[in-house]
Amino acid sequence: MASATRPPVGGSPTGVAPQRTDRSPWNWLLLVPIVVVLLVPLYNHVDPKLGSWPLFYWLQLAFVALGVATTALVYRMTRRSSAERQAARDAIARDAGDRNREV
Amino acid sequence: MNGVELTIVIVLFLLVTVLGFAASRWRRAESLMHLDEWGLGGRSFGSWITWFLLGGDLYTAYTFVAVPALMFGAGAAGFFAVPYTIIIYPLVFLVVARLWSVSHVRGFVTPADFVRSRFDSPTMALLVAITGIVATMPYIALQLVGIEAILKAMGVEGDLPLIVAFIILAVYTYNSGLRAPALIAVVKDTLIYLTIIVAVIVIPSKLGGWGAIFGAAEAKFSANGGPGVLLPASGQLGYATLALGSALALFLYPHSITGVLAASNRDVLKRNMSALPVYSLALGFIALLGFMAIAAGTKPIGTDGNTIVPVLFQQMFPSWFAGIAFAAIGIGALVPAAIMSIAAANLFTRNIYKEYVKKDATPQQEAKVAKIASLVVKLGAVLAILGLNPQFSIDLQLIGGVIILQTLPAVALGLYTRWFHRGGLIAGWIAGMATGLLLVYNIPKLNPDGTVARPHFGGSSFALSKFGLDTKSAVYAGFLALLVNLIVAVVATLILRAMRVAEGVDGTAETDYTAEREDPTFRDLPEPLESAPPGAAGEVRGRT
Repeated sequence: MASATRPPVGGSPTGVAPQRTDRSPWNWLLLVPIVVVLLVPLYNHVDPKLGSWPLFYWLQLAFVALGVATTALVYRMTRRSSAERQAARDAIARDAGDRNREV
Repeated sequence: MNGVELTIVIVLFLLVTVLGFAASRWRRAESLMHLDEWGLGGRSFGSWITWFLLGGDLYTAYTFVAVPALMFGAGAAGFFAVPYTIIIYPLVFLVVARLWSVSHVRGFVTPADFVRSRFDSPTMALLVAITGIVATMPYIALQLVGIEAILKAMGVEGDLPLIVAFIILAVYTYNSGLRAPALIAVVKDTLIYLTIIVAVIVIPSKLGGWGAIFGAAEAKFSANGGPGVLLPASGQLGYATLALGSALALFLYPHSITGVLAASNRDVLKRNMSALPVYSLALGFIALLGFMAIAAGTKPIGTDGNTIVPVLFQQMFPSWFAGIAFAAIGIGALVPAAIMSIAAANLFTRNIYKEYVKKDATPQQEAKVAKIASLVVKLGAVLAILGLNPQFSIDLQLIGGVIILQTLPAVALGLYTRWFHRGGLIAGWIAGMATGLLLVYNIPKLNPDGTVARPHFGGSSFALSKFGLDTKSAVYAGFLALLVNLIVAVVATLILRAMRVAEGVDGTAETDYTAEREDPTFRDLPEPLESAPPGAAGEVRGRT
């Protein structure tokens, strides 16, 4: 197996990144839609029907909402402070400004 | 031949062609265009464009044609596309953000770039690159199957229209990079959503309501003691493993990763994990078009099941609206095909050409090779469709899902842990690949009456009874292959570590995986197909 004779693709980044973590107890919630949706025997039935839709079809479509709700909740509970998110937006705007000056 | 439909399709096709070319000018005129989504970040897309781009990338024309065709032919099993596209977002919610961060700190453009640096292994990177290219090629070819289906329905003969469509695609991705598909994705989705909303309202009312639709499907699939509109008890395990396996595979495809890396920051990606399921809802209704076709007594053209949806639209809609729907499918094929060819070209240029063919390639040479590679990839796809039976592309794509899953330990688990030894990953990949191919080789294609139509490569669901288990259940072959891969990777890692074989140096730092846009370590990635190595030209992109 060859070992790297030149620096791995990127080279070294400039500056130092702050220590952060993406761990959070809220992340465990993400397992809920995954597990529920994979429990096929739970919804492999005709009744109860919704209108004339068999359970198999309407419940799986309803699971879309479960997935959306979970990811949205986890995002909201784990997102950074509004000041930090503003800093990211400012960085995007500043980089765009740099680029336009280069043009 | 239907003149009205054809005219509308051609007009809309010309419109997106103009858009595709305009996209390249758009970039140059960046400072003049004060549209936040496009202008800000220059090469990076905000929430809306990312939504359209990833939506266009993941939910392809082929999906829109093949999923209802599967529902039409196989019933409830075809609905796996819905759970598949629900679980994928919570599954990758944290993973894609980590991938975005480490890529933007270290300048990775492809999954193989990451593997090379993380595990200090050009060999594993080469395997990831080859797997990605091989899995992507038939996927591009399949997009043509979608276009072919609408051409057949309109009664257009010959291969010329298909060739013209792909020449247009080739030229504008050559010109505009990722912006062309992103811009066209907006048009495509507007047309797709319009079509679905109209279809869901108009078709059931013409067929006597949803009750009649499910009733017709029940009647068709309960004949001969079948399970009706439900899964047979023995089909449940296969359904769940296929959904899970497909979900694990989707974000390993190089084109998905290209779409992810174009996002402007982590928040954009995470928000999109909640917004993208709107497409899954649409996909659920699209799947049910297959049952509507049963109720409407739709007959496919010849033996091509993929023509079910186009023919249904012709039965139910006036010609002008059928034309719009066809254009939606046709344009829907161009978006993923463009991104896939860009992703495959990047893999070839960065991880094969630059690594093994010409180590001292200049950025200009690299960019040139990438552009030519993207043309070659598309040409290959056209030739594959013209020269081979479309069924062959479908089989290859099934295999593509199985093999791309074998990069999961290195790419996805690698984002979390460097526990695996690079030799272990290579051993796992070889074992998983061999298992996967052996399994799909041994899956026969069955006729509806249970006789064997073809002895090999007949699907991706492997009957457990072949292992001597007393059950009728089947499991997704890719899933089994991945298990073998993981077990071998773990065992080989333990052995290599006990033997003290060198593990190489991790080229990434723990803080890279949570880096944010405003960090000093952040850097822009090169525009796809202008593949300047980030070490050189990319570095200049830092703060000034």
